[in-house]
Amino acid sequence: MDIYQEEILDHYRHPRNSGSVENPDIIQTERNSSCGDELIFSFKLADGKVAEVMFTGEGCAISQAAASMLTEDITGQAITKAKQLTPDDVIDLLGIELGPTRLKCALLPVQAITKALADK
Amino acid sequence: MNNPLSPISLQQDFPFLKSGVHFLDNASTSQRPQVVIDAITDYYTNYNANVHRGIYSWSEQASEAYEATREAVREFIGASSVEEIIFTSGTTHSLNLAARLLGQDLEKDDEIIVSTIEHHSNLVPWQLVAKDRQAKLVFLDTNEDEKIDPQTLRSLITKKTKILSITHTSNVTGYTLPVRELSDIAHEFNIIVVVDAAQGAPHQPINVQDLGADMLAFSGHKLCGPTGVGVLYGQRDLLNRLEPVYGGGSMIDKVTLERSTWAALPAKHEPGTPNIAGVIGLGTAIKYLQNIGLDAIHARVDELYNELWQGIQSAEGVTSFGPKDRAARTSIVSFTVAGVHAHDVASILDESQVAVRAGHHCAQPLLQKWGVPSTTRASLYFYNTSEDITALLNGIKKAQQLLT
Repeated sequence: MDIYQEEILDHYRHPRNSGSVENPDIIQTERNSSCGDELIFSFKLADGKVAEVMFTGEGCAISQAAASMLTEDITGQAITKAKQLTPDDVIDLLGIELGPTRLKCALLPVQAITKALADK
Repeated sequence: MNNPLSPISLQQDFPFLKSGVHFLDNASTSQRPQVVIDAITDYYTNYNANVHRGIYSWSEQASEAYEATREAVREFIGASSVEEIIFTSGTTHSLNLAARLLGQDLEKDDEIIVSTIEHHSNLVPWQLVAKDRQAKLVFLDTNEDEKIDPQTLRSLITKKTKILSITHTSNVTGYTLPVRELSDIAHEFNIIVVVDAAQGAPHQPINVQDLGADMLAFSGHKLCGPTGVGVLYGQRDLLNRLEPVYGGGSMIDKVTLERSTWAALPAKHEPGTPNIAGVIGLGTAIKYLQNIGLDAIHARVDELYNELWQGIQSAEGVTSFGPKDRAARTSIVSFTVAGVHAHDVASILDESQVAVRAGHHCAQPLLQKWGVPSTTRASLYFYNTSEDITALLNGIKKAQQLLT
C-alpha cells in the first residue's frame, strides 16, 4: 500500500500546530537515532488538560504528518488520556501500514508526547 | 563464451536479483551468488563437523575447507603468511579486536589518529580503548576539497602518536584515501597503521604490503560472501607479540587452573568454534570474484559510476556530498533532495523496487560537518546495470513530484 496518502501529504505540506507555544509548561525533544531527525514539542497545560501543543523540527513526511495529526488529536484532551497514547493510536490516525523502520518515524512524536506528560 | 562482465550473465548468478530489484545498497551489503549459497549448504549437508578437533574424516574435510579459505584470503590481500589471517565476525569485530590488541601497548597520554570521515566502527572502538588506556584521540580532517592531505597527517604527529587508523574508502562518499602515502609518513615515526578496507576490498585488488597496512580489516558480506564473517590481517610479529584479548577453546597451548599458554598463530587470536560455514562461503566468494577479476570489477563499477555520478550531478534539486573530484571516488554517492527527507526518498524509491540506504550511514560526525541529519546513498556493485541507475533517477523525480 502506498504510504503517501493524500491526508498524510496534506499534513506534511501544511503541518498543524507548527511552531512553539509561548511560555511553555513543558518542552520535550525527541530524536530518531537512525536518521538524526529531531522533533521539539512545547506544551501549555491548564485544568488537567493539554491547552496547547506545538512542534518544530526536521523530519520526513511520516514523522511530520504524525506530529501534526497528534497535536490536533490531543489539544484539549485530558492529560491523563494524552499521556497514554500508544503506537496503535498513531497508526490509526495515519491510516496506513508501516514497516518497522518507518514505524520509528511515526512513533517519534508519540514518544515525545508520552515522555513529556509522563510525570504530569 | 559469455563475457564474464556481461551484466545479464552476471545477474543470473545472483538468485535475489531475479526478483527484479534494483539493488543499489551494495555499500551496506552485497548480494550472494548461487555458488556461495551452495558452498554453505554443501557444508551443512555433507560434512557438517567442527574444525581442528575430530579425528574423523568429516571434521578433517571441514578443517581443510576452512584452512583453504585462510590461504585464499592470504593470497587475496597479499599477506606473507596464513598466520597473519584471523577470522572474525566482520569488519566491526576486526576493528574492535585491532583496537583491543594494540591498546595493550598504549600508555597514558599516547595518541591515536583517526580521520573525521570514519565509519562508526573505526571510531567508537578507538574511543573505548582511548578511555580505557587514558590515551587521546587526534583527528585527521579533510581539506576544503573534502580529501585527506597526507601533509595534514604529518602536522598532527607527535612523540606520543602510536596508532593511525584510517578507512581505505569512505562508506558515505566512495572517496578512496591515499593510504600508501599516509602509511609511509606514519611508518617514518614507527606508528602502527590500521586500515578499514570494508569498502575497499570488494572493489579493487588489495595488497597489505603495497598499502603499508600493519593491520587491515574487511567483511565477507560486502564482497559476495555470507554475513557474520570477516578478516583481521595482522603483521606476524605484531600478532605474535601481543597477548590475546579473547580466551577460550582452540587458542591455548597448555591450561592449568591458574594460568595458560597460547597456541601458535593464527589460533592464538581465534578462540572458540568459528563461523565455519561463513568462512567456507567467504572462500567461495573470493574465488568467484577472482574468476571475474578484481581489476575487471573495478573497471565495470567505475563505468557505471560515471552514469550515476553524471545523473546525480545533473538532477535538479539534488545535492551530492563529498569530494568533487570524480577520479578520487568510486561506487558510492550520497545526496539530498531539496524539500524531500531522505527517508521519504528511500520509501518512494522502494515503491519502484529501488533499494537504497537513507540515514547517517554510521558516520554521524561526517554528516554533522555537512550540516545534514541524513542523506540518501546509492552504491554500486559489478552486477548493477544502467537500468538500475535510470530507475533511481526516475524515482528521485517521482519523490520530487509527490513531496515538493
